[in-house]
Amino acid sequence: MGTPPPPDVLLDVRDLRTYFRVMDGTVPAVDGVSFQVHRGETLGVVGESGCGKSVTALTIMRLIETPPGEIVGGEVWFNGRDILTLSSDEMLQVRGAEMAMIFQEPMTSLNPVLTIGDQIAEAVVAHKKVGHKAAWDRAIEMLQLVGIPEAQRRVKQHPHELSGGMRQRVMIALALSCDPKLLIADEPTTALDVTIQAQILELIRRVQEETGTALLLITHDLGVVAETVQRVVVMYAGKVVETGTVDEVLQDPKHPYTEGLLASIPSQGLRGTRLNVIRGSIPNPFRMPVGCRFAPRCPYAFDPCRDHEPPLEGPGDGDRRVACWLHSRPPFGIEHRPRYGTSTATALAQRTAGVAS
Amino acid sequence: MAIYPDPTALSGGPATTAAGPTPADVAQADADVEVALESLGQWQLAWRRFRKHRMAMVGLGFFVFMVLVAIFGPIIVPYDPLNIPGSTIPGGMPPSLAHPFGTDNDGRDVFAMVVNGARISVAIGGISMLIAGIVGVGVGAIAGYFGGWVDNVLMRVVDTFFAIPLLFVILVAARFFGEGQVTSLILIFGLLSWPIIARLVRASFLSLRESDFVEAARAVGVKDARITFRHILPNAIGPVIVAMTLIMASNIVLEAFVSYLNFGISPDQTSWGNALANAQSALGLGNWWWAFFPGMAIAITVMAINFVGDGLRDALDPRTRL
Repeated sequence: MGTPPPPDVLLDVRDLRTYFRVMDGTVPAVDGVSFQVHRGETLGVVGESGCGKSVTALTIMRLIETPPGEIVGGEVWFNGRDILTLSSDEMLQVRGAEMAMIFQEPMTSLNPVLTIGDQIAEAVVAHKKVGHKAAWDRAIEMLQLVGIPEAQRRVKQHPHELSGGMRQRVMIALALSCDPKLLIADEPTTALDVTIQAQILELIRRVQEETGTALLLITHDLGVVAETVQRVVVMYAGKVVETGTVDEVLQDPKHPYTEGLLASIPSQGLRGTRLNVIRGSIPNPFRMPVGCRFAPRCPYAFDPCRDHEPPLEGPGDGDRRVACWLHSRPPFGIEHRPRYGTSTATALAQRTAGVAS
Repeated sequence: MAIYPDPTALSGGPATTAAGPTPADVAQADADVEVALESLGQWQLAWRRFRKHRMAMVGLGFFVFMVLVAIFGPIIVPYDPLNIPGSTIPGGMPPSLAHPFGTDNDGRDVFAMVVNGARISVAIGGISMLIAGIVGVGVGAIAGYFGGWVDNVLMRVVDTFFAIPLLFVILVAARFFGEGQVTSLILIFGLLSWPIIARLVRASFLSLRESDFVEAARAVGVKDARITFRHILPNAIGPVIVAMTLIMASNIVLEAFVSYLNFGISPDQTSWGNALANAQSALGLGNWWWAFFPGMAIAITVMAINFVGDGLRDALDPRTRL
């Protein structure tokens, strides 16, 4: 049992582990993830598909189905309580009221047989002590907030009468209808057209500023991260590999995985050249690599990487953290001998120089 | 609760300065027309799709007609199907103006038999369908909602129903508990035809439980019971309604069959099955009208109900877009 975080920390995830026990073995989908979200802050969680971003979000919401999923360890301090210790009845009062979620698929996340007003009002009635009429008015008010024209009319419509972008606006209205302190957005723009994506991001940013809710934005799109968030958590294969402010991480990536992600963004200036990719694919979840999970794909991997898991620690001062042997003192006196590097090599040179002196 | 600034200011809402019919007003008028077209619920949409299904509409028309006949027919028809007039003609009279469907050996009016039989046949089909629907939805929803051992036990019960020869059970039950009564036959048919609905409902529940909108409802803190009945059940009900129409049709046939074998409705009541059983004794005498009209009544009614079921299947399928 840990101690509560300081009051300005809204969400404190500590060493969270969510495993899925399936027929073929155990998948450590989230394996020792830690991060914090301050009140009113925007935190981005990035990583490629299957790295545990969504499972992290669902675990925080306590929406993991057991079985097969199981939260095997860790703490999730939210608004002064460890919500992993709450009963499912208590959790009903947290979900929707204190934390809410926007999903990836607006086309299927609304019930086709209920009007959108019914669905928003339902959430309001579940958490606020108000009658149906007040809840209905609240639904209209929320639709206006998220920029849906003719909210009075739209509120009586069914989801099939709305476009994808409109439905995502409704999802945002639904999520914000009970003034949550934390909004989790799981790839909120992935299923939308590019033009709509920008509108929805702008909307999320705007309502977040207006309502003062904290935002946990999950995405694989670094462009979205750059435009929207203040701090970034980079995940790979169920672990956090790097954290920092958005400027730090995007402009000076320390972890080779982050570097690879940034390098694989197509760029206008590099027209005609080959697109950079991170070679290989994410590891088989049933057989995670023993040492650093990125080592098999890492161009800089050297001796300690394959046998020893790097700690998530600061290469310098501030909140910057990176889990990479290039930036940590190697364990057990193993010779520190990376093969080559670019920007990372600079950091390495400094560190080895420091070790030598 | 209103912690937000004026929403119209936020969304850059229409300026309300100009007087008279502005383009915004015109747009609003257009929108009102659109409302009439657009704001349709699940059932209105289904009805609109159903109406386009010609055979289903014909079937529905005939079915409604049959229900009206069942309710009002016996009051209107001047003959009592059980009243045996004194004079009898061997082989009965062929169809005539006085007796449009002819008469039987004892001089009883076949038209009156068909009309009176409609009452029992429609009642048996309809009420046993409702019983099967209620029990089936209940069992299926409980199994799908609770899962685990509850699901296991209930589904093994359902499997048992599918494993035993139902016809045999129905005949035995009709003989020992039926006592020729309409209500007992309704109960027997209803309580034996729910398993297929239970299976349908459970299957829908299992897939809908994993659907995005159920997860989204959970994420805003909607209680499990409410999710089950307000979010999952209405989405699962389409296939159930289709299956119920088929059960109604097959139970009408079943009644005729069981009564024909003299296991069903007692001979002192009129049902289509009894009329057929009655006709059996005299087939081959050239008096085709004894069997033809009750048989046609069964066949057309069942076909009409099946057409309705067909139309409903298309109309209620959420994948069909208008």
